[in-house]
Amino acid sequence: MAIKDGKNGGLANSGSVGLVKTHTMQVAAPPDDLMLDCGRNLGPIQVAYETYGELNPQRDNAILILHALTGDAHAAGYHHSKDAKPGWWDFMIGAGRAFDTNRYFIICTNVLGGCKGTTGPAAINPETNRHFGVTFPMLTLGDMVKVQKLVLDQLGIECLLSLAGGSMGGMQALEWCLRYPEKTRSAIIIASTSKLSPQAIAFHEVGRHAIISDPNWRQGAYYSSEVRPETGLGIARMIGHITYLSEESMNIKFGRRLQNKTEYSYELTREFEVENYLHAQGLRFVQRFDANSYLYITKAMDYYNAAEDWGQGSWERACARVRAKSLVISFTSDWLFPSSQSKEVVKALRQNNKDVSYVEIESASGHDAFLIPSQPLSRVVDSFLDNLYQNQGAA
Amino acid sequence: MIRKRLRENILLSDYDSIVSLVEPETRVLDLGCGKGELLLRLIKERRIQGRGVEINQAAVIECIHKGLSVFQGNINEGLDDYGQGAYDYVILNQTLQVLDRPDVVIEEMLRVGKKVIVSFPNFGYWRVRAQYFLTGRMPRTLKLPDEWYDTPNIHLLTIKDFKIFCRERNIQILASLSLLSTPSLGAGWAQFWPNLFADEGIFVLARGAP
Repeated sequence: MAIKDGKNGGLANSGSVGLVKTHTMQVAAPPDDLMLDCGRNLGPIQVAYETYGELNPQRDNAILILHALTGDAHAAGYHHSKDAKPGWWDFMIGAGRAFDTNRYFIICTNVLGGCKGTTGPAAINPETNRHFGVTFPMLTLGDMVKVQKLVLDQLGIECLLSLAGGSMGGMQALEWCLRYPEKTRSAIIIASTSKLSPQAIAFHEVGRHAIISDPNWRQGAYYSSEVRPETGLGIARMIGHITYLSEESMNIKFGRRLQNKTEYSYELTREFEVENYLHAQGLRFVQRFDANSYLYITKAMDYYNAAEDWGQGSWERACARVRAKSLVISFTSDWLFPSSQSKEVVKALRQNNKDVSYVEIESASGHDAFLIPSQPLSRVVDSFLDNLYQNQGAA
Repeated sequence: MIRKRLRENILLSDYDSIVSLVEPETRVLDLGCGKGELLLRLIKERRIQGRGVEINQAAVIECIHKGLSVFQGNINEGLDDYGQGAYDYVILNQTLQVLDRPDVVIEEMLRVGKKVIVSFPNFGYWRVRAQYFLTGRMPRTLKLPDEWYDTPNIHLLTIKDFKIFCRERNIQILASLSLLSTPSLGAGWAQFWPNLFADEGIFVLARGAP
């Protein structure tokens, strides 16, 4: 079992899936429009996806990777040889890595409502020939999962060996287990929950409020204008980013250091390293993300409540549906999706006598920990999948 | 190294005894399941449905690699989630003496399990008594190998202590095994006078009639 040291050393790095492309496919073409949870129909829907590894002839080695709030279909490898960074979960996906592409067929799709190739608020409404903007229907995580299922149908995958995701990705993995129990052999739910805490909803709302307060947001109809609500989206990202870190990781990363100087200048400018870092994060983010998508996806996360959807308010009752063998992972310093929430997920599964394991990984990196290479994370996922893979016939 | 191997052998013989005490096709919760050897044997030899609780992460990951369902956490957390009689057996193997409140844990185990299996090193074993008596120092044996300052064993007990404990708490002893891992005197002695000649006790318990 090869556990890499977790450093992504570029294309030449052994195990990398190398150069990859994002593909697109169309699902829910009329008259088979997708009925959304809000009651509206949507179709056709374009979905961006990437795959790594090969689907075996029995079609039983597929693993669906689910991205978080601002992620995309580009989970591993590089789009161009000059790319500075690989896909967002590259250290987990590749030959000999936890999601071993020598064994498994890995699929990652951009979520419905996203802005990286899948239909979302920035797409053109075929009925009006204009950008949807805020006329885009409200979404739920259930809707996102329904679209993923349509993608798998087109790829000819009946049943998933596993699915895995962190944060919102973990919530979707959970939704898969509840919505399509017979299609989900196993699930890996990382730094996640069955419902957001009011604290997490509060942070989302501050981010959304920053966006809609930006005069350039123009009720969401900014696509044909010169300027975009970059200030608002940038602030949303800065707030979000604080919630992804921990007190300790900020101490380690920045301390109270000043940027390029040693003394205060006693003026209302940015002086601390941490300030500059957050602004740089905000600036980078607005280059790659659509403000309306941010509004829709955070709202979909806030709405999610698996107990309400599947157990008439009881999470324990909801879990009775689950058939997947599951692995739940949390990180000690994650205060946005704290261990206590993962344990709630585990508790109901255990009470229902389901096959569930729980691991809490020591980390100072806060919620971001699932995106940062670590041996325990790689090892536990690798061990879980290895056993499933070795016992495939037995199940 | 030799000591370590001896201890592992002792553990394995414990497993034999415990496996023999578990009815087939039952539901078992193993508290402090380590790397899952006992659970795996119970699954293979008794076709049980097993779950584990273990605090050590490396051990939990080994369990997961074996395909076992294990919760990383302490024993109390491992029990809290379950309702009354959720398991046919709750097992606590060689761990009783390291707990903060063994009495509370046993009560909890009796709530969650229809039956409880507990094993512990017997502090009444004659070698232990002899060492303490003759040398005036804290005894160290194969089953109690640590120094007084680094031992995890903070609640040492004898087989007799345990029987009295059960009587006082209205806990029924359904079966008991007295083991001698180094049969220098012959195993028969351990059966004849367990509190003196057995170095380990294994008990199957149930809540007594009210």
